[in-house]
Amino acid sequence: MIRLDRWLTEFPRHKQLRYRTAELARKIHLEGPPRNFTAVLINRSISAVPARPVDTEKVLTKKELVMPAPTKMITTRWDQADGHTLDGYHRTGGYEGLRKALTMGPDSVLEEVKAANLAGRGGAGFPCGTKWGFLPKDVFPRFLVVNGDESEPGTYKDRILCERDPHQLIEGVLIASYAIKAAQAFIYIRGEMPFAHERVAAALNEAYAAGYIGKNICGTDFSIDVVLHWGAGAYIVGEETALIESLEGNRGMPRLKPPFFPAVKGLYMQPTVVNNVETLANMPYIITNGAAKFTSYGNEKNSGTRLFAVSGHVKNPGVFEVEFGTTTFRELFYDFAGGIREDRRVKAFIPGGGSAPWFYEADLDTPLDAGVVAGKGSMLGSGAIVVMDETTDMVRAAWRLVKFFAKESCGKCSPCREGTNWLEKIYSRILNGQGRPDDIELLLDVADNISPGLTWPPKQTTICPLGPSAAAGALLSSIRHFRPEYEAYIAAATVSRPQIPVLAN
Amino acid sequence: MTDTKTTDAVADTPTPPPKTTLTVTIDGKAIEANPGELLIAAAERNGTYIPRFCWHPRMREVGMCRMCLVEVSGPRGMSLQPACMQPCAEGMVVDTKSDVVKKAQDGILEFLLVNHPLDCPVCDKGGECPLQDQTLTFGPGESRFIEEKRHFEKPIPISELVLLDRERCILCDRCTRFSKEVSGDPLIHFINRGNATEVNTFPDDPYASYFSGNVVQICPVGALTASPYRFAARPWDLDQVESTCTSCAVGCRTVVQSSGDQITRYQGVDSDPINWGWLCDKGRFGFEAIGASNRVTTPMVRADRTSAAESTSWAEAAGQVADRLRTYQPEQIGFIGGARLTNEDQYAFVKLAKSVLKTDNVDAQLGDGLPAALWLSLPHATIDEAASASAVILLGGDIKEELPVLFIRLRDAITNKRLSVIELSPTTTGMSPYVKGSLRYRSGEAAVLVKSLLGAAWGGESVDRQIAGVESVDINAAAVSLSGALASGKGNGKIVVILGRPSLADSVDSIVEAAGLLRVVDAAAFLPAMRRANLHGALDMGMAPGLLPGRVSLSDGASWFAAKWGSGPSTLGMDTAQMLTAAAAGKLKALVLVGADPLSDFPDRALATKALANVEYLVSVDTHTNDSNTIAHVVLPAAGYAEKSGTTTNIEGRVSLLAAKVSAPGVARADWMIAWELGMALGSDLGFSSLAEVTTEIAAVAPSHAGLTPAVLRAAENADGVLLPLSVAVPAVVATDVVSTDVVAPAVVAPAEVAPAAEGEAATGSADTPDDSVAEGPVVPAAVRYRFTTGAAVTPAPDSYSIRLHSGRVLYDNGTLLQSAPSLGKLASAPGVHLHPNEIERQGLVPGQAVKVLSQTGTVTLTIIADDRVPRGVASIPFNQAGPGASDLIDHASVSAAGVTRVRLESVKGA
Repeated sequence: MIRLDRWLTEFPRHKQLRYRTAELARKIHLEGPPRNFTAVLINRSISAVPARPVDTEKVLTKKELVMPAPTKMITTRWDQADGHTLDGYHRTGGYEGLRKALTMGPDSVLEEVKAANLAGRGGAGFPCGTKWGFLPKDVFPRFLVVNGDESEPGTYKDRILCERDPHQLIEGVLIASYAIKAAQAFIYIRGEMPFAHERVAAALNEAYAAGYIGKNICGTDFSIDVVLHWGAGAYIVGEETALIESLEGNRGMPRLKPPFFPAVKGLYMQPTVVNNVETLANMPYIITNGAAKFTSYGNEKNSGTRLFAVSGHVKNPGVFEVEFGTTTFRELFYDFAGGIREDRRVKAFIPGGGSAPWFYEADLDTPLDAGVVAGKGSMLGSGAIVVMDETTDMVRAAWRLVKFFAKESCGKCSPCREGTNWLEKIYSRILNGQGRPDDIELLLDVADNISPGLTWPPKQTTICPLGPSAAAGALLSSIRHFRPEYEAYIAAATVSRPQIPVLAN
Repeated sequence: MTDTKTTDAVADTPTPPPKTTLTVTIDGKAIEANPGELLIAAAERNGTYIPRFCWHPRMREVGMCRMCLVEVSGPRGMSLQPACMQPCAEGMVVDTKSDVVKKAQDGILEFLLVNHPLDCPVCDKGGECPLQDQTLTFGPGESRFIEEKRHFEKPIPISELVLLDRERCILCDRCTRFSKEVSGDPLIHFINRGNATEVNTFPDDPYASYFSGNVVQICPVGALTASPYRFAARPWDLDQVESTCTSCAVGCRTVVQSSGDQITRYQGVDSDPINWGWLCDKGRFGFEAIGASNRVTTPMVRADRTSAAESTSWAEAAGQVADRLRTYQPEQIGFIGGARLTNEDQYAFVKLAKSVLKTDNVDAQLGDGLPAALWLSLPHATIDEAASASAVILLGGDIKEELPVLFIRLRDAITNKRLSVIELSPTTTGMSPYVKGSLRYRSGEAAVLVKSLLGAAWGGESVDRQIAGVESVDINAAAVSLSGALASGKGNGKIVVILGRPSLADSVDSIVEAAGLLRVVDAAAFLPAMRRANLHGALDMGMAPGLLPGRVSLSDGASWFAAKWGSGPSTLGMDTAQMLTAAAAGKLKALVLVGADPLSDFPDRALATKALANVEYLVSVDTHTNDSNTIAHVVLPAAGYAEKSGTTTNIEGRVSLLAAKVSAPGVARADWMIAWELGMALGSDLGFSSLAEVTTEIAAVAPSHAGLTPAVLRAAENADGVLLPLSVAVPAVVATDVVSTDVVAPAVVAPAEVAPAAEGEAATGSADTPDDSVAEGPVVPAAVRYRFTTGAAVTPAPDSYSIRLHSGRVLYDNGTLLQSAPSLGKLASAPGVHLHPNEIERQGLVPGQAVKVLSQTGTVTLTIIADDRVPRGVASIPFNQAGPGASDLIDHASVSAAGVTRVRLESVKGA
């Protein structure tokens, strides 16, 4: 602890960097991105950052963030200028869900959430109520951890949820904590989202002051503290066990499951529920309106609505709330996101974040239904959809994703640490005109050593799916469907293997 | 009746005992595994080696390297699982050789070699490298990686002893886990992420650990190398032998490796009851002292004290010593030292002194320990018993400084098994951060504190006032934790007291009285915190006034040894302090220093200086030249560690083997030969002509060592050493004000079980077989007992004008052996006087400045070091630091009278 202090005092740059990041984020919100911002953050093939207008008022009423569909559950306050304040939240029915939950008793709340059939919105899609039910009976204290470390390439729904409606998240946290009888709740916000952190912090202060958090909440004997923690900037911390490690003050490295299932041995080796921001944001609606109302949206297996962050080559990228399971990708791209840029054709799209295997033009009519997407060999994941039009260089796109995973590998397991980096080097070589004929097979075999069999869902020689995602996701999809592009690169290789002359005499 | 019958019936029914093991099928073979045992360990125990890098049996598993992936049956069929993270389960089916496993292993090794340089020909690990070995056995043989590998600046020193080549590192987390989990110095850690991950220290903080050498030993590649061994030898050129480390008295098992008759390296051996494979750096790198230039290689004589020494022959030197010693009465001759010798050496010297020269003036301690009989008569505990005790009381010096590997064992017990430890110490120690309660008493007042503590714990008298500077609330809390730990049934039901000497500036009386109080606690057992390597052996062999070999007293053993030896001392001898006092007064005429340097090691340097100057005849038997033997009339060269075989006894009383690996320099000999030579020159044959004969004679003569023949010592099941039977039963007495002064320990010491051994190994040569002598001799004498005298300890009155001097031991001091090892010598901390920052301020002093420290008898000028581990009102000067120090301030006579050493501080004018 002393060391961390020393680090911070002796390396003020580290501190400054954070503040600069926060300033930048705020500036982007108020003034729109700087001119070269896209180029800085995103590779030229996949540009994702929406242009933003200048003044606050306009930011909050931005068109692409307003859901055109009739169903609105968790984005209702996104276009409300003061939606992030307690006043604004109160005015639109805020904390009614919590008050109702406190009269129901924890078990009824748990039953209600189970009945709502709410699938986790973080990526795995595990039913939330069932997850809560896994907590071993009579083992206390137990904790609730909110996974706000949203960092899958292409996903930014939780960030906007935190920025525009932090009280909804806090209310969800309180309802969940009440239901699972948590001793303390922790909100872990990604290091690169300082504005979200700021908004949640302000909201927590307001909620504490208003008696929604702390001792004897709303006059009942339910008491809890909510701790806000700011991540240090690592993709892997989105994995729940790595997040727990990070929260405990260690390096963010995943733990092996078994034995470290969070529900049994989680934070500080106590039973812990780790829920995604969007998952918890649904709680106020479910409790206020009842599970029946919630399940009336979506289809049998996919209840409610879902947020999808559409980025890439669409005219109007943004986060959209759509009815879960019934909307199709085509509707999402063309009705919500305004169609493909310059009215080109879709070449491929990533249906569920950078880890997911790709879909292609033929898959456009697939509904946004977790089961159906899984059946087709991919996943909806965290709801991050990246669209690539017909002009996209697929080898380059795959390289960009593999490079992301290589950079974000935590370094714990050898196959991921060394393998993703090796894959990235092979890709760079191919792109730099130094490809070799057997490079495609080499890519596949190295990938196979990270994820044996290259199946979906991926098998893994590692603890967590980070490395296998790089192998069985973009890499495999692009090679399977766009092999000729690889071959073209290799055939055009300008730098061949250096020939060392062997002198006969 | 009915009940009894029923019970009997149940008991008689041959119900099979509940199955305590699990059956696991590995590669088609069913094996038995223990519940909770990891698959990788169970497999290895049953002959299936699963390759691994990160897993280490003495550390927590992390599953990082993924080398141990095997196929394990599960609810969804066979899947790849790391064997190091997989506890065995009933009916588990494991395949370690399937194609899937082979491909995974191939892949992992190829991945590890992606960035690992193939510099094996110049790497120190080459030849004994797990990565090399497992690549050969399980790897692909060839890499498809053609890109550029990682590069780092190489090597970077992460401490004075350890160098790091980061590009060789495979990030197995072993060193970082060791430093965090085992030694508790988390000074190295992973930095950066993914492929850029590296192990490194924190900025400006070196990996300054007493245990840094262990990370070199457990590194599975050549990333961590020790500077004393770097580029010194190739592993296949090394010859090795197992031995016991003698840098302190823990008795860690080691392997001594040599190349070309030179010691190149020590490695720790995983001995379950002792060191678990760990060594401290002092033990690991102390080998450099063996080949040091200040070794004594030939007998040297001086015509007088000031003339230069001339080398001579053994016969000449021994003859001269014998001629001079013959002219003195037995009580005019004294022997000091011997704690660093082997048991056999010690026995030979004791026989020489007590039988041939008939003097009882023999003392292995230099006024820096506790009374010999006290240490021998206390009921002993082993290290394992201490680690699994209900509670441990630490009353002595800083264990981390004095017995580093015992610190590791206790730290493990505290952090992993929640052992409750109560520490009684005048200053903060290395153990303080881990203990449940640390009672910071005023130096010299241990007895009153122990009395209150025991009264509060078991006497029903909670403390209501400050005792010896400790607040009542702290004493009561410690008492509750002690009695609670015992009452809760936690641990083995023992309260283990680790008893040593907290400060050389205080009288022993207070600690002796405290020991007497603790001894009457029913559950108490003691682990002596003896610092010198074979002090326990020395006391066992009778190297103390009033003792004879085999833990018997001079009076009890008189008839027994009269029968064995023919003669013995007639009067009780003097201890070192008394001998030096007598020598200073001209009453003691001849002094033989057996591996002792009183000028450096005796707490009162003025007395030692006067004694050595005044004694008529000074003989030194030593391995290295030191302050004391540069003025000796005769210096006899002794063979050092790894140059002679024998046995040594650790703090538990465990006897283990020492092995010779290299030849002694010049004509240096084992000490038992020197004693024999001196005996011959004096006209007496000591009666043995080989080491085995000495060992056999000890087994026949020393009651505590009965049956401990060379064959028993060499038996395979005694590889960790033989724990001698010791008096254990103590009458149950509740702690009272009056100490029972005549607690008699059981008299007869059972012979150690005689293990089957090869006939050829059996004892040879000795004419007296043990059985015969026992049969015809007198009854075996009773084990030594210590008569506690109540109220002997002076409780020093607090004095608000003076400061109490504290002088404890540090690992890296100015000792001869340490300073003869170049790598370790430079680690000795800068000399100075340690004061609490507030005390410095109160006295109007400034840290870093020189200050005059004055006691009643001496004055030294030292640099002020601000140190908040030292309480206010105390000046701490580590013992035996370079230059003037604590021993110039401590006056033996006044310490005995006042109990403590008081000093004043005066600022140096113009400083």
